[in-house]
Amino acid sequence: MRPLKTLQKLYDEESQVVITEKGSPPRALFYGEGFLQEDLPVGTRVIFPRPPLEGVPNVKAAIRWAINHPEGMDPLHALLKPGMRLTCVIDDISVPLPPMVTPDVRQSILEVVLELCADSGVDDVHLVIANALHRRMTEGEMKRMVGEKIFDAYYPDRYYNHDAEDPDGITELERTSHNEVVAVNRRVAESDLIVYVNINFVPMNGGHKSMGTGVTNYASLRHHHNPKTIRESDSYMEPKASALYTKNSRIGTVIDKSLKVFHIETTLNNRMFGAPTDFLAKKEEDYTEADRLKFQALRFTLSKLPRAAARKVLNAIPAPYDVTGVFAGATEPTHAKTLEQSWKQYVVPVEGQSDIVIFPIPFVSPYSVNSILNPLLVQVMGLGYFYNLNRGVPLVKKGGVLILLHPAYDEFDPVQHPSYIEFFHRLLPETRDSMKLEHKYEKEFAENPSYVHLYRKGNAYHGVHPFYMWYWGENGRQHVGKVIVAGAENNHVPALLGWDRTDTLSEAIEEARGFMGRSASISLLRIAPTVMVDVK
Amino acid sequence: MPAKAAFFDVDGTLVRTNIVHVYAYYAMNRGSLRGIAGRTLGTALGLPVFGILDAVNRKAFNEFFYRYYSGLSEDRLVTIAEDMFEDVLKPALYEQTQDLIDEARRSGCRIVLVTGALDFTMRPLARHLGCDDVIANKMQFVGGKATGKVIPPIIEGANKANAIRAYCEREGLALNQCHGYSDSASDYAMLAVVGRPTAVNPDLRLRSLARAYNWPILDLK
Repeated sequence: MRPLKTLQKLYDEESQVVITEKGSPPRALFYGEGFLQEDLPVGTRVIFPRPPLEGVPNVKAAIRWAINHPEGMDPLHALLKPGMRLTCVIDDISVPLPPMVTPDVRQSILEVVLELCADSGVDDVHLVIANALHRRMTEGEMKRMVGEKIFDAYYPDRYYNHDAEDPDGITELERTSHNEVVAVNRRVAESDLIVYVNINFVPMNGGHKSMGTGVTNYASLRHHHNPKTIRESDSYMEPKASALYTKNSRIGTVIDKSLKVFHIETTLNNRMFGAPTDFLAKKEEDYTEADRLKFQALRFTLSKLPRAAARKVLNAIPAPYDVTGVFAGATEPTHAKTLEQSWKQYVVPVEGQSDIVIFPIPFVSPYSVNSILNPLLVQVMGLGYFYNLNRGVPLVKKGGVLILLHPAYDEFDPVQHPSYIEFFHRLLPETRDSMKLEHKYEKEFAENPSYVHLYRKGNAYHGVHPFYMWYWGENGRQHVGKVIVAGAENNHVPALLGWDRTDTLSEAIEEARGFMGRSASISLLRIAPTVMVDVK
Repeated sequence: MPAKAAFFDVDGTLVRTNIVHVYAYYAMNRGSLRGIAGRTLGTALGLPVFGILDAVNRKAFNEFFYRYYSGLSEDRLVTIAEDMFEDVLKPALYEQTQDLIDEARRSGCRIVLVTGALDFTMRPLARHLGCDDVIANKMQFVGGKATGKVIPPIIEGANKANAIRAYCEREGLALNQCHGYSDSASDYAMLAVVGRPTAVNPDLRLRSLARAYNWPILDLK
C-alpha cells in the first residue's frame, strides 16, 4: 500500500501548476466536439484541476445522516406531519456536466425523502423541477434523473417542470427592502414544507439561488439577471465578490421568511471522466503509452465523425462523479458547508495574473445538454463561466487577452434555442452593448408569444435567455482587452461576437503577444474537469 | 389600445381542417334531401380535384368554390356556419390553439384572424377563441341572396399582406411589432409583412423558408 505521505503529495496544491519547459509534452485540449494537441511556448503556466476528492462511502447513509442532523433546523422527520402538503424542488439538467452516471444523486435523495414521507403519512407530495427559464426537461431526461420507480409513481401529474409563464402558476410574496419582486411557483408557495434537492457543481449554485432563481419568473429574475448586476460582480463564484449573490440573498431571505424550506445540498468531486476517457483528467506528463494511444484514437475518431455524431458520442458518456458531501437544513448554514467543500475540490492557488489566458472550450455547457454549443454559448463559457472561475481576482490581467479554443461554428438548435437565433442574427449586428440590448429588446423577446409558447409547450429556453447569456459575459467583456478565438472555422461568428480569429493556437498566441508585448505572461486553464484559481 | 396585433391564419394553423372541409360541409347542408345526396356524391367525387386546385392556386380555387353559394340566403349561411363550427371546426381545433391565442393576448396583442374563408364561417370560431377581429372574404349579397361572388380583393396570398398592412394603418398599430402565424408557404407574404413572423405546423416549403429566415417554428398539438 502506498504510504500516506505520497498520497498527500498527490493532493499538493502546487502540483496543479506546471510551467512548460523545452521538453514538456504537447497538451490535450478540448476544442468543441474535438481535441487539439498543442505545444505551448516555454514558460506557459498550465493550471490543472485538482484530483477527485474521495467520495462518501455510502451516499444514502450520508443523506440520512444529513437530514437527521441538519444545520439550523429540526431534523426532517420532525417537520413531517400527516396530511401536510410537501413539495420537493429539484435542480434541473443544467448540472452536473456531463450528466452523472445513474443513479443520479437527486434520485438517491428522493428515495430517502419520499420513503420518509410515506412513513410519516405525508401523501400530498409533488416533485417540481427548478428549471426557471431553462428549457423543460424531456420525459426521458426526467426519468433518468429520478429513476423509473419514482418516475412511474409521480409523472406527469405530480412530477413536472416549473412553468414561469403559467398565469395561474405563480404567486408573489412581499417585496424585498429594495422593492424587488419575489415570485414563487404557486404549488411551492402553498406547500407546508419544501425540500430543495440540490447538486452543487460550482460554487455559484445552491444557497439562496436555489429557490430565488429556480422556481420564479421573469419579473423577479430581471432584478439580478441584468448587465448592471453583472458589471458589479467581480466573480460569480465567490459570494463576497458577487452582486448577483447579494441580490439573490435578499430575495432568498424573503422566501425563507415566508416559506419553510429544508435544503439538501450535495457536492461532487472532479471525477468527470470514466474508464475509457479517464486520461483526460491527467497531466500530459503522467500519460502512459496506453493513454497516448487512447487520446490519439479518440481525437482521430472525433475528427472523422460528422459533428452531430461526435456530439451524440460525447453526450452519451456520463460522468462517474462521486458525492463528496451531503448537507441539509436552513439555507445559509447549509450552503456555507457546501461552499467549504467546493473550495476544497476546485480551488488551485496561483501566483499572480497573466497577460494572456487560454481557455479550451469543451462541447457542453449548462445550457446545451443534448444540444449544440451555439456561438452565444461559446461566448458564455469563455467570458462568463471560465473567466469567473476565481475568487474575485481574474486570472487574466485588466486589458489582457483571452484566447478561446473552439471552431465557433454558426450552428443553433431551433428546438432548444429558437430565440438565440434571432438574438444572434438580428440584434448582435446592430449592437453588442448589453445596456442597449436590455433597454431596447429584452422585454420584446421575453413577451414574444411564439417564444413563450415554445418554452411552455416545447423544450425551448425562454425567449429572454439569450440576453442572460450575453449579460453573463459582461464582466469578462469589460475586463479584457481582446478576445481571440483560435481555430474558428469562419469569419462572421467571431466578428459578430466582437472577437479576432486565427486558424491555430500558435497564431493566436503570436497575435496576443503582438497586443500585449513579447514578454507577455501566458496561462492555460486546463478545463475540464472543473478548476478554480485563487490568484495571490 | 394595444399597439400591436397577432394575425393568425386559420386553416392548418389553428385548426386541422382546410377550406375544402368547409366547402364540403356547406355542400352537404343545403337544400332538399335529394339535392343533399346528389351534392354529397358530387362533392365526394370533386374533393380530390378541389384539393389539388387548392394546392396549386388558392385564389382560383376560392373563386371557383364560392360560386356554389349562389342563391343561398344570408341567414341560412349564418345558421349553417354556426352548425359547421360545432361539427367541423371546434373538434378540429388543436389542443394548444387557445394557449397560443392567450399567450399572444398576454403579451399585449390584439388578436385577429386572417383567412381566405368567408367571414360568416369564421365568426363563431373568432367568438370561441376570444378574437378581436376577423379579416376574411366577404360574400356579395343581392336582395338577401348570395351571388356566389366574393367582394374583391379576395383575401389570399399577397392580398393577406395588403389587408394586414391596411388594418394596421387604420387601427394605428405598429406593423413591425405585430406577429403573424401561418402553416403554409402560400402565406409567405403575410408572414413577411409583419415584424414577428412564426411558422406553425409548416408545410415543407414554409419550414425551409422559416429555417432560412430564422423564424420560430411551432408544432401545435
